[in-house]
Amino acid sequence: MSTAEWQRLHRHTVAVSALTVAGLAVGIAFPILFGILRRGGPVGFVLLIAAGGVVAVTGVATLADWLRWRHSSYRVTDERVELRYAWVVHTLRSIPRDRVRTVDLMANPLLRVFGLTKVKIGTGHQTTGQRSHLVLDPVSRERAEELRRELLDRVPAREKAAAPPPALAALDWSWIRYAPVSVATPILGTAAFGGVMQVADWAGMESSVISLVADIFGDTPIPLLVLALVGIGLAIGFVGSLGLFVEMWWRYRLTRDSGTLLVRRGLFTTRSLSLEQRRLRGVDVFEPLGARMLGAARVDVVATGVKAWSERDNSDPKTLLPAAPIAIARRVAVDVLLADPLSTVDFRPHPTAARTRRLWWAGYAVLGIAGVLALLGVLLTVVLLHLAWISVVVLTPVAVALALDDYRNLGHGLTDDYLVTRYGAGSRHTVALVRDGIIGWTVRRSPFQRRAGLITIAATTAANSGQYLVRDIAENDGLRLAEKAVPGLLTPFLEPRR
Amino acid sequence: MDEVVRLRPPRNRVERRAVAYWLANELTVTAVPVVVLAVLAAVITPARPWLLLAMWIILAIGVPYGVVVPFWRYRVHRWEVTDDAVYTRTGWLWQEWRIAPMSRIQTVDTARGPLEQLFGLASVTVTTASAAGPLRIPGLDHELAASLVERLTETTQAHRGDAT
Repeated sequence: MSTAEWQRLHRHTVAVSALTVAGLAVGIAFPILFGILRRGGPVGFVLLIAAGGVVAVTGVATLADWLRWRHSSYRVTDERVELRYAWVVHTLRSIPRDRVRTVDLMANPLLRVFGLTKVKIGTGHQTTGQRSHLVLDPVSRERAEELRRELLDRVPAREKAAAPPPALAALDWSWIRYAPVSVATPILGTAAFGGVMQVADWAGMESSVISLVADIFGDTPIPLLVLALVGIGLAIGFVGSLGLFVEMWWRYRLTRDSGTLLVRRGLFTTRSLSLEQRRLRGVDVFEPLGARMLGAARVDVVATGVKAWSERDNSDPKTLLPAAPIAIARRVAVDVLLADPLSTVDFRPHPTAARTRRLWWAGYAVLGIAGVLALLGVLLTVVLLHLAWISVVVLTPVAVALALDDYRNLGHGLTDDYLVTRYGAGSRHTVALVRDGIIGWTVRRSPFQRRAGLITIAATTAANSGQYLVRDIAENDGLRLAEKAVPGLLTPFLEPRR
Repeated sequence: MDEVVRLRPPRNRVERRAVAYWLANELTVTAVPVVVLAVLAAVITPARPWLLLAMWIILAIGVPYGVVVPFWRYRVHRWEVTDDAVYTRTGWLWQEWRIAPMSRIQTVDTARGPLEQLFGLASVTVTTASAAGPLRIPGLDHELAASLVERLTETTQAHRGDAT
């Protein structure tokens, strides 16, 4: 049902914008209002001003969105998808249909109440230019699903089987145990304290919050107080990370439907991401430190256009599988790639010179921190001098352990179709990159590497960040690896060493 | 297959004139702040010692750098275009070799700044679909650069597909 008629976006967008802005305005106004009233402002007058402000801001935002809606239209022709805006400034965004690689739906809770969703149509090109995607904000959910089918299926929608395809992976609630050991816990914990102080600041109650804390913990010694605060922060972070996991991964399903990988997830904000199999260049089995200690791993996709695709929303769209037991992660990697490079590859370790380099780095890092503390200590206070030697004692084992782990993790290998590289200190990445997807090589050598006989080779690719590194590999091994991975490319530029 | 190998240098050096261009370029970059500081020092008497100190520091770093680096760069910058690939080498201490196969090249451009035009030079930029950045061949004779671009464009158009 591809019609060449220009269509409006859904008119309820105006109501959604009005409610969003009104909610925000009230949320900001409330603590400020509270603060002013506490200082004894005239109640009626202040309330009037605040209400007026909220109404004015909401009105302007609503008008702006109404104008945007009134003058925007889109159409899907046989050749192109187009979005135009025609009032004062005229713009026309146009994407050829045969270039469309992703149709992603995103709906926040308010949009969902209205049965609406945003649709992001992308070409999957790396260029972050204006033309690589367009966003229909918003259309009705039915229309969005229809658009997705229409744009991604090269076959007509009605010929498809009615039964949903089997899932490659679906949410197992036991995976929530890996949520608290992620970086989200300390970040959310810290953010909670920051948030309390910020709101208190708005309400002009910053000092009373501090004195309240001082009253409660007045008799507690300082170290205990610090411990208590850290404990509270971690507890908030713990609960928050669980909540975040539920929000992000609610009803998570990874499916494959006629050559397109599809991830659906999200509680309040539903996210649905599509990825054509032919854009796939590999996978990155990522073990963040906490998950790795519990024997879990996440699966990220390595695909063309992923970077351009993630620029507008921060929901980590390259993740195909949240942290899950490593066996499941490996199975999903196999199901996604339709190949098993990770368990068939023969990992080669790197020369011990690479370990020596890492130990030097660890030494420099510790000395750098201690040096700064010591310098400040000489200039300012003797306490910092003590901190300096304590930091040497505490940090040295940590740095050395990380350096050794970094070296142990270094590894590389080739299978028939994949280049596999493994790296990382603490957190560990194992990347399988399809050899056909390597679109060039970069070989780097620092003066230090030169002395140690090492090089770093980078396989450039159209996917993600653009290159995957094999760090600190012996010069000859690295060149041979690159030569074998993409036959013929490097060979004419190699010469025997004297 | 089992012999120990290394990367051989690409066959072509950049144009000899490029050294003169780089000299002019680096010295201009140094000269601009030096002249500004000198003028200020002449005008603002109270701050004169400090302005002159800043000027001498810039001169002491900028002049040796501007004189030495162009010759180093001429020694180490190399490039080569075969039927199958573009191959470049840059860097003296931190060395970098880059190889892009013809079949994966997306665009080829030349660029000429005003100073480059004065010396009859141009640089060629070869872009692939990777986000890791293009290959650059600086300091080419502008006619050579133009014919190189033509040749690369012809060769890459012969390859099909979207080069990803």
